[in-house]
This record gives sequence, C-alpha cells and structure tokens, in this order.
Amino acid sequence: MSFNPKHVLGIKDLSAEEITFILDTADSFKEINTRQIKKVPTLRGKTVVNLFFEASTRTRTSFEIAGKRLSADTVNISASSSSVVKGETLEDTAQNIEAMHPDIIVMRHSASGACDYLAERLNCSVINAGDGTHEHPSQALLDAFTIRQHKGKIAGLTVVIAGDVAHSRVVRSNIYCLNKLGAKVKIAGPRTMIPPGLEQLGCEVYTNLEEAITDADCIMMLRIQRERQGKTLIPSLREYARFFGLNEQKLKLAKPDAIVMHPGPMNRGVEIASSVADGQQNVILDQVENGVAVRMALLYLVAGGEKLQDNC
Amino acid sequence: MSKEVIEILDSDGVTRALTRIAHEILEHNKGIGNLVLIGIRTGGAYLAAQLQQKISEIEGEEVPLGIIDVTMYRDDLCSRSDLAVGQTDIPFRLRDQKIILVDDVLFTGRTIRAAMGAVMDLGRPQSIQLAILVDRGHRELPIRPDYIGRNLPTSRNEQIKVDFDDQNTAQAVHLIKN
Repeated sequence: MSFNPKHVLGIKDLSAEEITFILDTADSFKEINTRQIKKVPTLRGKTVVNLFFEASTRTRTSFEIAGKRLSADTVNISASSSSVVKGETLEDTAQNIEAMHPDIIVMRHSASGACDYLAERLNCSVINAGDGTHEHPSQALLDAFTIRQHKGKIAGLTVVIAGDVAHSRVVRSNIYCLNKLGAKVKIAGPRTMIPPGLEQLGCEVYTNLEEAITDADCIMMLRIQRERQGKTLIPSLREYARFFGLNEQKLKLAKPDAIVMHPGPMNRGVEIASSVADGQQNVILDQVENGVAVRMALLYLVAGGEKLQDNC
Repeated sequence: MSKEVIEILDSDGVTRALTRIAHEILEHNKGIGNLVLIGIRTGGAYLAAQLQQKISEIEGEEVPLGIIDVTMYRDDLCSRSDLAVGQTDIPFRLRDQKIILVDDVLFTGRTIRAAMGAVMDLGRPQSIQLAILVDRGHRELPIRPDYIGRNLPTSRNEQIKVDFDDQNTAQAVHLIKN
C-alpha cells in the first residue's frame, strides 16, 4: 500500500495500515540520522513553516531538524515574536504566511481543532504538532515507533498511560493509535484528572496506579501540566508523587522487561522518580531520537505524491 | 488485446550472463581488492547477492554486499503514487572503495543517477561502476553501463520483467509487448 495524505491532523482518522505505513517509512528514514552527512535531497525546494503558538522546544526542534535533514527550507515562527501579540487573528496570520507559498505548515496551538480549522481554509498542507487537549499525532506515532522498536510488535501488548489525562493531547492520540494497532490501553490517574466518558475511546480506567501497571509491557508517564491549572486538581505535588509517581517499587509490579516512557519534559520526583527516569527500563531518549525519523516520514508523505504536482 | 510475452533469457541464460559479468568485474578490477557490491532495491539487490556468490566461487573470498534504496533521491517525488521507502543497508565504509552498482534493468538512467547521489552522500568512493542484467536503451541521461548481461533494444511502450523465485534468484527475463 501507499499513503499520500494532504494533511496530518490526528490519529483518529488514520487506519491501522496507514499508521503502519508511516512507521515503516520512518524506519527507512531513521538511518539518515546516524550518517556522517545527515542530509538527503528528498524535499529540496519545499518550504516548511513551523507555526508555534505555544511554547515547545522538543517538538519544534524535532520538526525543524526533520525538515532540514530532508533538505526542506524550514522557518520557525513562535507566538511571542509574531503579530499574534499585536492582535491578529489565527486565520489572518495563516493567510499571510500562505501568501509566501510555503508547502507545509506545522502548527501547535492552544485551541483544540485549530489545525482542522486551518486545513479547511488553506491550500498548503497542515501537520498538527499539538492542538489544545485534542491530538498530538506525531507524538503518538513516535511512541508507537519506540514500542515497536523495543517489543518487536504492538498488537497484544498492555500499555499503561498514567497522569494528568484531562490536559493531555498525547493521551487521546495514543489511545487511538495503540487501539488501532491492537494494544490494550489502561489509563491511570486521580479521578479529578480523568475526563468522564474516557472509556468510550477504548481503554480501561484506573484510579490506582499499582493496579494499572501490574503485568504491563509498557508504562507511559504523563507530565503534570502545572501551567494548565494542574495544581487545583490535586492537593499537592508531594501527595501526587506518592500515589501516582512511578518509582522503582511500583515499577516492579510491571513485567520485568517493561519499558518506561515519558513524552517530556519530565518533572523529576513528581510523576517519575529519577531512579526510574535514568533506569535500565527507560526508553525516554529513544523516543526523542525516533521523533525526528517519524517527523521526517510525515513531512515526506505529506509533501510527496501527486497532490502538489502543480507546485513542482 | 492480449499482451505478447517473449522470453529473453531463461534461468541458465541468466546464470551464464551473471557468471560472465563476475569474470569481467574481476578482470577489469584485477581481483577483489577494495571491491564492494551495492544492489539497488529490489531487483538489483537480489542480483548483487547472486554476483557476490559468483565472485566467491571464482576467488574463494566474499566481497562486501550492500543494499541501497534510491527513493529519497528520485527526481519524481511529486508525481509518484507509491511513496514507500525501503531501507538502505550498507554496513561498511565506502571511502576509497571501488563500488559495483548493480541493477536489473537499465532504462532512462534516472534510477542510476539517484543511486550515484545516494552513494556519494554515504562516502567518497574511489570509483563507481555499473553492472546491469538488461540494457533496454532509451537513456535520458549520460549514463552507460560497464557490465551488461544482455543488450536489448526495445520500444518505449514495451516492458522488461525479471522474474525471481522464492530464494530471490533470477529465473528469467521477459519482454512484454503491449
């Protein structure tokens, strides 16, 4: 099969075959990142605009490096330095950027649905780099890629995602992605941080971390999002760390070869103990490394194929 | 209208052509010193493995074998419907090596141009030579093969198909007339 999307807005609308195709494509691109000359000419002459309305270092840098390694011209715009602070609307900002003929806009925005809104209004391709609490498809794909790399498969595995679920777009994309690939997803967190009806997305919900991680193959810890009023949902960070932080003792309940993941940035001593974050079972930096390959695959698949032929 | 299929080489014919190419490569390069084989996915990779085997039979020593996928270096990204990218696997250094690039069919020469670009990005070889099972003509770039299994003038609307068995051994070459 081949997969040739105009936009990548979320995992929800992708099929298992399409997700696997993206992961296989990323597998082929991964080798470039370890070469002496880390560049291929694939996207020469394409312009990628990273439009970030929210702070991000990891995702933005990852997309920028991915674009540059494919020889695309990448331009970064962040909200604090843009005309947004002068009162311009999202649509006006985007239309002004489009007037300069980029091929792909990679956008992060605090409003859920902002990327879908732009994709309907612009001619260029849009890749969602995180919209509000909705989706973060490239993160879910790099998580799936990392699990597949370490476990050799995804189907049949039990994956626990624990923490501030209500504020996490990573969770939604990951539930869709892992479900489609045949994994069993367990969600754990304080009741105040679990949105009602989450089970309908296809997961089991636990309010006890120990119970959730027993016999798990993979544990994904989420960041307590202090900037998103996380602190009003829990009595204190200390109490949170005691009940929902992953330490060595709790990790022993999982399978002995279980892997520990975190989308970053980590709050050491809160959701994850340093001994676990730096321990044998952590694959956190593999996630970051794989992120570049996965984003190369997304840029390539969005830019390639016949849909942009007029621009070639 | 039914398509006419003509057998150009049978299994023995392919084997003889590869044996001769192996001898020519060794004669021209005066042995296997600094020699490496790189097959272009997928047909060329299979043939390169067969050539490696032939060279081992003659010299009693194996030459390194790599596989290259040229999709990332193609000039037609915007008009391709199939975007699948295969893996490149070259587990040795290319610097100062004599590279024998292997492909099944030589047509416009664009795949070879892409392959040369891909190889050059991985290191600076001493030389690149080209071994081809079938040269069907219609070159669009100034590229010529050094070792040719079979020269076969074709018309543009004909197709050349190399058949491989389960072990990825070339079994036959067919010309398909439309």
